[in-house]
Amino acid sequence: MAEEARSIDPATLEMIDKAREDGSSNVFERSSNMKPCPIGLEGSCCRICSMGPCRVPLPKNKEETAEERAKRKGVCGATAETIAARNFARMIAAGSAAHSDHARKVTETFLLAAKGEAKGFTIKDEQKLLQVALNFGVKIAERSNEEIATEIGELVMKEFGRQEGELTPVKSAPLKRQELWQKTKVTPRGIDREVVEMMHRTHMGVDQEYKSIMSQAMRTALADGWGGSMLATDLQDIMFGTPAPVLSQINLGVLKKEDVNIIIHGHEPQLAEMLAVVVQDPGIIEYARSKGARGINLAGMCCTANEILMRHGVPIAGNFLQQELAIVTGALEAIVVDVQCIMQGLADVAQCYHTRVITTDPRAKMTGAEHIEFDEHRAWESAEQIIRTAIDNFPNRGKNIRIPDQKTDLVAGFSHETINYLLGGLFRASYRPLNENIINGRIRGVAGVVGCNNARTVHDNAHITLVKELIKNDVLVLQTGCSAMACAKAGLMLPEAAREFAGEGLASVCEAVGIPPVLHLGSCVDNARILIAATAMVKDGGLGDDISDLPVAGAAPEWMSEKALSIGQYFVGSGVFTVFGTTWPTTGSKELTEFLFKDYESIYGGMWAFEADPYKMAELMLGHIDKKRKDLGLDKARDRVLYDMAMRRELDAV
Amino acid sequence: MSKIIASAAIRGAHKIVARSREKWQWALEKWGPAEPVGFPNTAYYLPIIYGILGHKVETLGDMEAVLKRCEALLPPPVKETHPLPYLAPALDAGMATFFAEEILEAIRYLETPDFYTKSEDPAGDNLWLGAADDVILRKRGVEFVDGTAPGFAAVLGAAPDNETAVKIAQELQQKNLYVFMAGSDNGKHFSNQLVDAGVQIGWPTRLVPFGPDTSATVFAMGFATRAAMSFGGIEPGDYRKILIYNKDRIFAFAMPLGYVTDEWYANAAGAINYGFPIIADTPIPEVLPYGICTYEHVVSNVPHDKIVSRAVEVRGLKVTVTEVPIPLAYGPAFEGERVRGDDIYLECGGGRTAMVEWVTSKSMDEIEDGSVEVIGPDISDIEPGAKLPLAICVEVAGRKMQADYEPILERQVHHLINYAQGLMHIGQRDIAWLRVSKQAVEKGFRLNHIGIMLHAKLHQDFGRIFDKMQVKLYTAEEDVKDKVAKAKDAYAHRDARIEGMTDETTDMYYSCTLCQSFAPSHVCVISPERTGLCGSYNWMDCKAAYEISPTGPNQPVPKGATIDAKLGQWEGVNEFVKKASRGKIDHYNFYSIINDPMTACGCMECIAAILPLCNGVMTVNREHAGMTPCGMKFTTLAGTIGGGISTPGFVGHSKYNITQRKFLSAEDGIKRMVWMPTSLKEEIRERFEERAREIGIPDLLDRIADESVGSTEEEILAFLEEKGHPALSLDPLM
Repeated sequence: MAEEARSIDPATLEMIDKAREDGSSNVFERSSNMKPCPIGLEGSCCRICSMGPCRVPLPKNKEETAEERAKRKGVCGATAETIAARNFARMIAAGSAAHSDHARKVTETFLLAAKGEAKGFTIKDEQKLLQVALNFGVKIAERSNEEIATEIGELVMKEFGRQEGELTPVKSAPLKRQELWQKTKVTPRGIDREVVEMMHRTHMGVDQEYKSIMSQAMRTALADGWGGSMLATDLQDIMFGTPAPVLSQINLGVLKKEDVNIIIHGHEPQLAEMLAVVVQDPGIIEYARSKGARGINLAGMCCTANEILMRHGVPIAGNFLQQELAIVTGALEAIVVDVQCIMQGLADVAQCYHTRVITTDPRAKMTGAEHIEFDEHRAWESAEQIIRTAIDNFPNRGKNIRIPDQKTDLVAGFSHETINYLLGGLFRASYRPLNENIINGRIRGVAGVVGCNNARTVHDNAHITLVKELIKNDVLVLQTGCSAMACAKAGLMLPEAAREFAGEGLASVCEAVGIPPVLHLGSCVDNARILIAATAMVKDGGLGDDISDLPVAGAAPEWMSEKALSIGQYFVGSGVFTVFGTTWPTTGSKELTEFLFKDYESIYGGMWAFEADPYKMAELMLGHIDKKRKDLGLDKARDRVLYDMAMRRELDAV
Repeated sequence: MSKIIASAAIRGAHKIVARSREKWQWALEKWGPAEPVGFPNTAYYLPIIYGILGHKVETLGDMEAVLKRCEALLPPPVKETHPLPYLAPALDAGMATFFAEEILEAIRYLETPDFYTKSEDPAGDNLWLGAADDVILRKRGVEFVDGTAPGFAAVLGAAPDNETAVKIAQELQQKNLYVFMAGSDNGKHFSNQLVDAGVQIGWPTRLVPFGPDTSATVFAMGFATRAAMSFGGIEPGDYRKILIYNKDRIFAFAMPLGYVTDEWYANAAGAINYGFPIIADTPIPEVLPYGICTYEHVVSNVPHDKIVSRAVEVRGLKVTVTEVPIPLAYGPAFEGERVRGDDIYLECGGGRTAMVEWVTSKSMDEIEDGSVEVIGPDISDIEPGAKLPLAICVEVAGRKMQADYEPILERQVHHLINYAQGLMHIGQRDIAWLRVSKQAVEKGFRLNHIGIMLHAKLHQDFGRIFDKMQVKLYTAEEDVKDKVAKAKDAYAHRDARIEGMTDETTDMYYSCTLCQSFAPSHVCVISPERTGLCGSYNWMDCKAAYEISPTGPNQPVPKGATIDAKLGQWEGVNEFVKKASRGKIDHYNFYSIINDPMTACGCMECIAAILPLCNGVMTVNREHAGMTPCGMKFTTLAGTIGGGISTPGFVGHSKYNITQRKFLSAEDGIKRMVWMPTSLKEEIRERFEERAREIGIPDLLDRIADESVGSTEEEILAFLEEKGHPALSLDPLM
């Protein structure tokens, strides 16, 4: 891939050049130097026992004969289907584990906060607390928020180790969906249990029927979406506040030459929340000044960034593929990381500059980085120590500083609760206007476009191209993760983007409500917000009685992590047509791929698809949305219904 | 909401809330926090605040919490670039606007008690009526409930000229809509424009001049809010239900005429919360997507000749108007209009001449459908101010026609004539009274038009029970005398027949769910001896209505096996009620006030309540605004028992029902009646005395206390004892 084709983001291109000048390595360079393993890429490498690794790749450029097909097996006799399904299922298990372990950590902090043992953390959102209490059947009465929260925390903690029954958040799904899961036996019982069982069933010599493996993979993914991720979002909202619309900025240009620049990168919000508070402490600012800085500038990257953007408007320095490039600016005093999507390359790149790479989570250490553990019991002190380390590093800045003059404004903060409010105000809050405008065709459908960056495709290009195509065709786009950041950089998350980029119908609705055509819903655990939004659309009526009836589709055009697969799988299992781009990990087995891309629809109402070209991806999604519109009878313009008294009598009581 | 609208609405709300705060501060200093405030004769306090927030404002001091709430609701101004979402904040600002305006208007009642007439009509030079009290609410509410008035237009400002104002008003009237007027544009008021053009305004003509300021909009919104509580049975404070009720059931819209100020935008934002769209004549931005309202939210720049039809379409309202081929405007909105003094061209009946209205059945071949004959002098033959005798004889025939339906058709004559603009009709049968105005005659009205409109409307509404109809109008003395005599015979015959009907001898009752458009869980079941509580429907009416519309709101209810003859409960009725109330009510009793009495929608003419100390019951009609011995005024009572619930100790009933034999018969009927307002006593005196004779206490009515005796149980008890009221010696009521 030519260098200039590595990204469509000018800030990124500028920093790739600078890195080259500076002799620093980065992900773009490394990906040029190493091709992906072709056998692993298609899911045809089995390395789960020491008789292998066994390679069972699909013959290239020719049709396989029956004989060849019969021979394409591992040493133990495992077929290409079993091998690809195991690989796929294990990726899902890892993704589900990542989100759920994130949730567990949040739950631990939540319990400490509820008991008053985590100084600096409190119950910020009482309404959400009460809502979650209702979901969990926790008595409210005259009890204090702390008592209620403690009981919630204890119940949530039990969800991880639960052995039987159904996860509590599953009950938030549309009834029909819950019945479908019961019927197909994929309702998750316990968050950890499903992951453990998935690992067991994909161990050498256990589950060797690909449909059966994929059934447990579904249960494992649902334990993420309707379990770990959803609980993480709920508890984070209670502790840190449910996001509401906020104006901020994004891209490397948010770094400030005169300030101590600190980037917080990773996925969990606890430390970031505390950093956001401590950087405003006058004492600490004074300390920064004493070192010659004008002030302290905190910015985020990846999903930790999304968390504090959504709740505090903290600016974002960039998405996944830009993490090393932030160091390349030469103006970064510290990159503070927690868990997930942190490239070990950071430590290498930092060698060329003064930046300190600080790991903070005992689960995520890194050779070449320094470790300052974040302890919730003494959150402030931990945060202050980290910030002081960064400030102390300010005088070590070299002369080779270049911050790209690239930053874009964005409006973020669209939680489910906020969307509900924004569509009708305090007194008429509901999803009704969304449903009505889908029914009347102003909005053709809704798409969730989420996921990562991937160095194997042009950085940000697929996200932005796809989303522009969708909004041009009147599809409202909900986003999370690094995909959201890509579109924010392109200016799609501003209310003015409606007129500039969206179709007439969508634009008119956006202008009525005052929202961008592309809504930022948060981090990747916040994909659960999309599930709740879809459920709210179902419950508000007029668009069928299950998520699979809705004119909606999902996509992760530049996915790379195992979490993305777990997310995709739980969206499919929730009834959403979901398209992935860049690459697809089961192509080594046509049967398995066919099963996921076609047969799944008859089982779950949603199915997978793969399409690398973002324009074609948009076509697939629009096609699916139109199919659903047709099934709902929304493909033709409807006459306006005028009500007479008899029709009013027929109305049910409100 | 466009950014421009939201920005303006939020600005406007800030101004209005600030003004309200300032005014309140001033009032507080002047009168102190304990000073009572409120709108006249209502059980709903300041109704928007009460309905939406559940907060009772009774004193100046009570307003403080509301003002604080307003200020908390006020969002920051909308930014020019990269604004944060503004629809929801603007809607919230709209509600804050209404709360603040209610406070302003309530303080005005305190500051200038005579600012509003507090009546149904303008008083002399003072046009402004102010808030509708609960009597008006219930009286007019019935029209909303039964569909005679499908909704209202809240007109703000003024038309560019009087002529346009009249055209718009008349078109709204012809669509049967109420017109609620407030505010001004360029110093002109829509109400004034109508008056200047000689149009009668006031509640009777549905052209309601609420007030001169924009803030008088809250009188319209308060009316809507109260409808949800009183007819929808929605609890105060259940804001979401109240607003959705309005969106689904009250077909109202706002029509700002003239320059739209920030304050107007703020009020518009408030109205959108109720699902009432904005239809403007100026080129303000439009908001076309659907959602909070059923269809578009703001439609603008609509030419005046299209504005009414566009408004009706945007609101999603179906108005069926039959074209009546006469030279006068025609519709229920003209029903309440009067013709007086110098305006009178012709007068018939009313004690000045003989007049009679008589519907009679004939055989098919005797009738030429549509024929209208005027026999005797017509309007062209007389001088202005003349009087004529008049007999309106309607002859109908048809396979389904029955003699029983004659009185039903006959009763229509009153309002059908009144619907014509420039005609005034009072009474029925041989006590009818007609006035024709000079304006009507100028427009070309002749007596044959009475026949034409009766033919058109009766065919439209009752075409299923008769096939042919002709009308003869006699104006010669001799003819009229002859018709009066014949009609009187027919009346006597009919009355005797109806009198003879009893619940025991009737197996089929009829339901009435007409009110379910407003009170979704209420269902009336009407038997011969228990007429509908609204006074509008008796058993025969329902039977005819079922013939006319077999799938309509009046359905036959086989009464089935008797569960309790004394209380009046039947299996078939229970079954029907359960189904028709959507499972909310599974049984009720026809004849009892104590044991699971019948439910009420909110349209009842009277409410009876037990008075334990007197061992009796009282009843109060909705026109009586004073206190009653049960400790509640009619309006509070109505709020307590309306909305489709059964409330032991209270029951809604019609005036006529008091003199029916089964009236509260489980508790000894009228022998228990210990208190009634004098106006009600006088209204039903004749029939009551007859019934009293029947039970052997001919002077019962005079032994019943009224407001001149007292309005507490203690006060009336002495009177009852002195008069030896029979209730005192009956078995204990409880």
